[in-house]
Amino acid sequence: MSSFNEFVIRFANVNGSGSASANGMFAKALFRMGIPVTTRNIFPSNIQGLPTWFEVRASAREYFGRRDKVDIMVAMNAETYKEDVNRLESGGYLIYDSTRGRPRELNRDDVHAIGLPITKLILSEFSDPKQRQLFKNIVYVGALSALLNMEFDVLTSMVASQYRGKDKLIQPNIRALELGRNYALKYLPCPMDVQVKSADLIGDRILVDGNEAAALGAIYGGATLCAWYPITPSTSVADAFDKHASRLRVDPETKKKNFAIIQAEDELSAIGMVIGAGWNGARAFTATSGPGISLMNEFLGLAYFAEVPAVVFDVQRAGPSTGMPTRTQQSDLLSVAFASHGDTKHPILLPATPKECFDFAADALDLAERIQSPVIVMTDLELGMNQTLSDPFQWDDSRQYDRGKVLDFEDLEQIERYGRYVDVDGDGIGYRTLPGTHPSKGSFFTRGSSRNEWAVYTEDAQSYINNMDRLNKKWETIRSLMPSSEVELRNGRAGIIYYGTTTTPMNESLGLLDENGITLNSLRIRSYPFGPEVAEFIDAHEKIFLVEQNRDAQMKSLLSFDLGIDPKKFVSILYYGGFSISADYIVDEVTEHYVVNKLPRLREVES
Amino acid sequence: MTFVPKPKARHPLLKTNEIGLTRRDYEAIVSTLCAGCGHDSVSAAVIQACHELSIPPHQFAKVSGIGCSSKTPSYFLGNAHGFNSVHGRMPSIATGAYLANKELKYIGISGDGDSASIGLGQFAHIIRRKVDMCYIVDNNGTYGLTKGQFSATNDRGSTSKRGVPNLYAPIDLVSLAIQLGASFVARSFSGDKQQLIPLIKAAVLHKGFAFIDVISPCVMFNNHEGSTKSYSHVRNHTEPVVDANLIMPRDEIAVEYEEGTTISVSMHDGSKLQLRKLSDSYEPDDRVSALTYVQQAQEEGEIVTGLLFLEEDAVDCHDILGTSDTPFNGLEQESLCPRAEKLEQINESLR
Repeated sequence: MSSFNEFVIRFANVNGSGSASANGMFAKALFRMGIPVTTRNIFPSNIQGLPTWFEVRASAREYFGRRDKVDIMVAMNAETYKEDVNRLESGGYLIYDSTRGRPRELNRDDVHAIGLPITKLILSEFSDPKQRQLFKNIVYVGALSALLNMEFDVLTSMVASQYRGKDKLIQPNIRALELGRNYALKYLPCPMDVQVKSADLIGDRILVDGNEAAALGAIYGGATLCAWYPITPSTSVADAFDKHASRLRVDPETKKKNFAIIQAEDELSAIGMVIGAGWNGARAFTATSGPGISLMNEFLGLAYFAEVPAVVFDVQRAGPSTGMPTRTQQSDLLSVAFASHGDTKHPILLPATPKECFDFAADALDLAERIQSPVIVMTDLELGMNQTLSDPFQWDDSRQYDRGKVLDFEDLEQIERYGRYVDVDGDGIGYRTLPGTHPSKGSFFTRGSSRNEWAVYTEDAQSYINNMDRLNKKWETIRSLMPSSEVELRNGRAGIIYYGTTTTPMNESLGLLDENGITLNSLRIRSYPFGPEVAEFIDAHEKIFLVEQNRDAQMKSLLSFDLGIDPKKFVSILYYGGFSISADYIVDEVTEHYVVNKLPRLREVES
Repeated sequence: MTFVPKPKARHPLLKTNEIGLTRRDYEAIVSTLCAGCGHDSVSAAVIQACHELSIPPHQFAKVSGIGCSSKTPSYFLGNAHGFNSVHGRMPSIATGAYLANKELKYIGISGDGDSASIGLGQFAHIIRRKVDMCYIVDNNGTYGLTKGQFSATNDRGSTSKRGVPNLYAPIDLVSLAIQLGASFVARSFSGDKQQLIPLIKAAVLHKGFAFIDVISPCVMFNNHEGSTKSYSHVRNHTEPVVDANLIMPRDEIAVEYEEGTTISVSMHDGSKLQLRKLSDSYEPDDRVSALTYVQQAQEEGEIVTGLLFLEEDAVDCHDILGTSDTPFNGLEQESLCPRAEKLEQINESLR
């Protein structure tokens, strides 16, 4: 029986072989046919020669999480061939280069093997060695178009638009597509049972990665300085900021830039520049990953204590130390929440989609100036570097930046005595002044040393306590400003809490669990400190599953710290293998908990 | 420790500068450093220089790292904002601040521990980036706040207060600054106001990165026999090679040139810098020969002072980056935020 628009295809390649653009073209073609897709790039920390995989999940049901097994494998890498064959679902399709034979002992009786003589086809058609290498990838895309019953025009028009201006590349690319397609139509069983069909399921949505989304949000949010140090997987935030700002932020006449990008000597310097600019009234951000956060710790504490706005994107990767730099995890949570020594704590935004990366980037720049403190937007490699289906970006032209409490010359003229840290409004946030504002009023010394509310250095115990207590009062103001959690009640007795990219498989997990009689109410955390809805949700359920992509249940600690909740209330589901957590894993872990503890399932309770 | 404001009373005969301010207007709270500390002389020189330049105090921004030296921005230009940051990281704060607002004058105060040890990386990179500022190192060769450990600028063989010799070669910040592309490099001595004040004035007006290494003895931990950063050692081993004298546009006519030994250099604001060469063999406009001279003198145990290197028509990081004429912190939302319609075009390109 044929299935439509519901499969996972994995391309096994060697990195540096030019496969990325062919694979990306395949995904984009499905998207253009109106089929919901998401992509996942699984790559090594290496430039050329190591195995790399690219996965595309097409799902009319919009199940976008990673699956452990795949339906179609395009096995182009001899080195990983065995592993790739094993990854196929029973009944799946193995597409391989049949120019040379393949090891018989690796055959599986329960999968369809489809041989495509890619090398042979290429050799007879192209003479340039570079083209021979690159077009191998195009040939299998052409063959897939026949096997999956794709509209060929979609692919040819993509080639035409992709190489516009480099017209002599268009014909050979189309020729390579045709080579694969014609061979498949003539010799292979087309179409396969797994097929695609044009649909209208995309609406106005876009295909984009979270890092580009965050960079665009920073541009719309008014950031003028991006200071950064290259680190996977955050580098493309700065790259995208450069790309878009170079078009959107340049004076058409003078060609002068309303932005600056500084590639710093290290992350200490990157955050220092952001803080220096923030102190002086310009919006600035940095993008980094775990090791960079470690280096930024001292400065983040200074910005917290000296009360200087700063925005940091932490695109998380796996591991302590170098760990697995090209894998994904949510293991920086605690180190970010408490970054620095002493009583330091920072607000965190936790986007789950590219649209939210855009929104939270712009919001973070407002928030940082409003609260005069660092704001950290935490994503991960899964969200940052993979193109996924997203709601389109939106901007309201009537939105005004919130520049927070900053006194200008006229304001200072009205004031008898200015005190930087005086809590005039009772919300824990004092009024800033910027250097150069007034000849005789409003100057103060910004420092990490203890001071009184007039910004005068002191080691007096009570002054120190007053200041720290005011910072805690500010923390409550911050809480009221953070985006609240997304709660979905489904008449479940137990609840499930998750955040960030665990959102991607959650839809599928909850659906599968429901089919098994386990109905869970859900709450997606979008920020820290937590809003009142989080405690209410936890209180309202006798059992809470808490799903995280780290070893030590870091969110559990944070919930206990911030809300005083007994950690025993939570059943942790933890995945930390470096791939994004899969729907199957969540389903299995929750189900096992019910089985092991002999708990009644909801449906059984109701009947 | 307490905050001691200086009395506001103003002597009627106090000299006012071009904008009607007295020296008092450039002062701040009373220093809490040890009596006789060289750093206080540097602060006094900064006060004097800024007063003579007739730049309103609030048009300066003061930045520093951590240490005795880095406390001193509290003690001058009380009407200017200051940022006492973290140890060794003032250069990044200065870079960010300067990128945000290029219209202020930036004075950075650091120490030898701050710039030559923990912050050597940031020191090197701010020079490469050509941040337009006056960067002063109060160089006393010791860690005063932690009670007298050697710093990285100490000469090999120089002894600590307890007589223990330093076993390691010194880092010479002046040589580094010349080598890494600073466009204004000077060395002076906190005890030599005559030399230091004009250097600070010129450094403030210089467009580009201006560095002054000021040997500034620590009276508590590094002013003994055997130290090469003591008052007496520095006085006896100083070789001034180029004196600088800043001539404001209005004073130009009154200046008498000493033919043959002076070089006149135009500053960014129209003032002139008159350099008086005290050594015939010194070439302050040649990076390689300046570096060679400084290093040879160091081998011989001599401390070369004065304006050691100057590059006219230097560029700064805003020139390199091609940024807007309006400072970033003065850009209105209209200049920063593209319209929603542009975002729709971006959405379309992602479909």
